[in-house]
Order: sequence, then structure tokens, then C-alpha cells
Amino acid sequence: MLLQLNPGVIIWTAVTFGLLLLILKTTAWKPILEALDTREESIRQSIERAEEAKKEAEVVLEENRKNLAKAEERAQKLIREARELSEKLRSEAMSKAHADANSVLDKAREEIERDKQQAISQLHGLVAELAVKAAEKILSETIDEARQKKLVENFLNSLPKN
Amino acid sequence: MIFGSAILSSASMLAANVGKAVSDTAAAAVAHAGSASNGNWVIEHVSDSHTLDFLPFGEIHLPHFSPIHIAGLTIDMSLTKHVVMMWIAGLLVFLVLRAAAKGYKKSLIPRRFANAVEMVVLFIRDDVVLPATGEKGRKLLPYFLTLFFFILFSNLFELIPYASTPSGDINFTASLALIAFFVIQISGVIHHGFFGYFKGLIPKGVPIFALPILAVVEILGLFTKPFALCVRLFANLVAGDIAIFSFIGLIFVFGTVLIAPLAIGFALFIELLEVLVAFIQAYIFTILTALFVGMAIHQEH
Repeated sequence: MLLQLNPGVIIWTAVTFGLLLLILKTTAWKPILEALDTREESIRQSIERAEEAKKEAEVVLEENRKNLAKAEERAQKLIREARELSEKLRSEAMSKAHADANSVLDKAREEIERDKQQAISQLHGLVAELAVKAAEKILSETIDEARQKKLVENFLNSLPKN
Repeated sequence: MIFGSAILSSASMLAANVGKAVSDTAAAAVAHAGSASNGNWVIEHVSDSHTLDFLPFGEIHLPHFSPIHIAGLTIDMSLTKHVVMMWIAGLLVFLVLRAAAKGYKKSLIPRRFANAVEMVVLFIRDDVVLPATGEKGRKLLPYFLTLFFFILFSNLFELIPYASTPSGDINFTASLALIAFFVIQISGVIHHGFFGYFKGLIPKGVPIFALPILAVVEILGLFTKPFALCVRLFANLVAGDIAIFSFIGLIFVFGTVLIAPLAIGFALFIELLEVLVAFIQAYIFTILTALFVGMAIHQEH
């Protein structure tokens, strides 16, 4: 009874299964399997895109780092140059100031010397005249004025300078 | 003491009442299906019939069709209990899967219910069918998925009161095995050509004297594989059914309600076991069919 073959049930089962397969194929398996495939595809694409983006970001980061290093270097160079320039300017200004001061001093010294010489020569003339006039008055005897002047000058020249 | 004896006496009265009720039911059962002690009623319950039994609410007599005679074969296409159960199972499979498929129309991300179905679908696809058959089996996925869900739902009918499992009918399993047989052979023939496929059945490098024996063995093997599929599913399901009915039947065989907790406990245990069996047998039928298809597609050379 349990193992009795009943072709009717066999056929009904086959028909039911066949119909179920046909119906499910369009109503269930197609949408479900397609959705799974699309989702897997989209997941794969997303991962690929993420991977690409990561690579790109790494490249950009590397570039940024390089740029930063370059900029740093340039800044350092600029600072160094500026410092050097300022040092140079300072030293130049210093030396120029020194030179100016020296030249001013020299000039002053020269002027003083010149004034002194002038004063001395003026003093010579004045002293000679005074001496002559004094000698005239004292001697009241006029000798050749030119000769007299010469005499005094000789005398004065024999005196030690200053 | 008095209180305790009162409880005892009331308990024994209750037991007597229940016992009477049970013996009445047993008498009804005996009247319905012959002697309770010879176990025929179990077989009767498990096997196919032309009535849907809704005891004690009555029963539905299924329509009879006059048998068709084709080539000396008498085919009775009358509806039976198992055919009706099979249809209900098929309908449930359809409803469940369509509901799951609808979930994908809105977004690719499944919701709770579709997620559960998807888990099973993914399992069948990635762990059962594709490893066994390779990429070529992708076209057969709808067949395997339908097979798995249909067998699973049929198996689970074993556990529903008033229902009975079509998987416990050898005609049902034979039909599915027959379909599996054709799927296996046709996929083999499609991939290797008709002669190529049957030539490929016999491994190369076999001595000539062994060829006839091997040919017979291999061709027999083509039939034994689906036969084993058929018998395995049928035997497992019918065994669980019989075990449950037998444990329940113990109550009537012993004619006392005192055995009921034990009997029902064991029956419950078997029922829970059958939940597992329902899934395992559906899985085994599917994976073995997939393996056989894989063997037909990738013949050893």
C-alpha cells in the first residue's frame, strides 16, 4: 500500500513541478537572481571605484607632500637669501658710514691744517710788518725796506717752527 | 494528608475521565481504521487516499476521474490527498517567493523577509549548485531552486496537523527523481553530444575484456542514482511520519493515558527532528542532483 505505484500521482507531480518551475522562473527566480547579479556587479564596481579613488588620493597626497617639501625648501632659501642680503646691506652700510666718517674727519683735518697754515702765514706777515714798524720806530733810520724785510724773514726762518 | 489524598483522588478521577475520552477516541479510531493494535491505521494515515481527513470535523471526498487507458496502462488521474497537499505546497512556494521577489523591485537591498529567502537562494546557488556543476550550471539554477523549495515545503507539510507530506509518497519522489534523471542526461547530452556523452560514461584506458561489464555497470548507474534519490527522500519522510504516529499510537495500544506524557514527549522530539530532516533531505536531494548534473557535464576522461 505504501509502495503502491500510482501513475496518476507521478504525472500530477511532474505537471505541478513543471508548472511551478515555469511560473517561478518568471515571477521569482528571474527578478531575484538578476537583482543578486546586479547587486554583486554594483558591489564589485563600487569596490573597484573605491580602489581607484584610493590610488588617486595616494598620488595626490604624494604630490602634495612633494609640493610641500618644495615650498618649504623654497621658503628656507628665500629666508636665507633675505638674511644674507640684509647682512650684506648692513655691512655695506656700516663700511660706507665708516668711510664717510673717515672722509669727513680727513676733510676736517685738512681744513684745520689749511687754516692753520694760513693763520701761520698771515701771522708771519703780520709779525714781519710789526717788527719792521717797531724797528723803524726804534731806529728811525730807514734802510732799504726790501732789504730790511729780507733780514727779518731770514731771522724768522731761522727760528724753530711753532 | 487529607488534602494530598484529595488531590490524588481528583487526579485519578481526571485521569480516568481523560482515559475514558482517549479510549473513546481509540474506539473511534479502531472503528475507523480497523484494529488499533495491528498498526494498520498508521500505514493508512501515511499512505495516499482519496479523502482529506479532518476528523472530527468530517472529511472531504476528492473527485474521481475515470481512469485513462494508454498502451495497456491504466492511469487514474483522480485527485488524491497527496496531490492536493502538493498543490498547496506549490502555491505556498509561489506566494512566498513572489513576495520575496517583489522586495527587489524597490531597491537592490533586501528587507527582512526577502533577506531570509535570499540567504537560502544564495546558499543553493553558491554552495550547492555552482560548486557542483561549475558555471555551466547557472542556466539550471531555476530548476534547482524550484526543486529545493518545492521539496522543502512538501517536507514541512509533515509537521502540519491535518496535512500530510507528499514527500512521503513514493510516486511524488519517483516523479521528481524521474525529472532529475532527464535533467542529468539531457545536460550531459547537450554538453557532449549524444554519442560523446554515452562514450564518455566509460573511463578511458579500460582493458577491452572489462568493457562490457563496465558498460553495464555505468548504464545501471544512470538509473540507480535517481532511484536512490527517490527512495532516500521517500524513506526518510515516511519513517518520520510513521515514528510520530507510532508514538502517538502507543497511547491507544496501551489503552491508558499514563503513557501519554512519554509518548507525546517522544513524538515531539521526533517532530523537532523532522524539521531538521525536512531541510536536510531537501538539501540532499538538491545537492545530489547538482552533483550528478556536474558529473554528466564534466565527464572524467
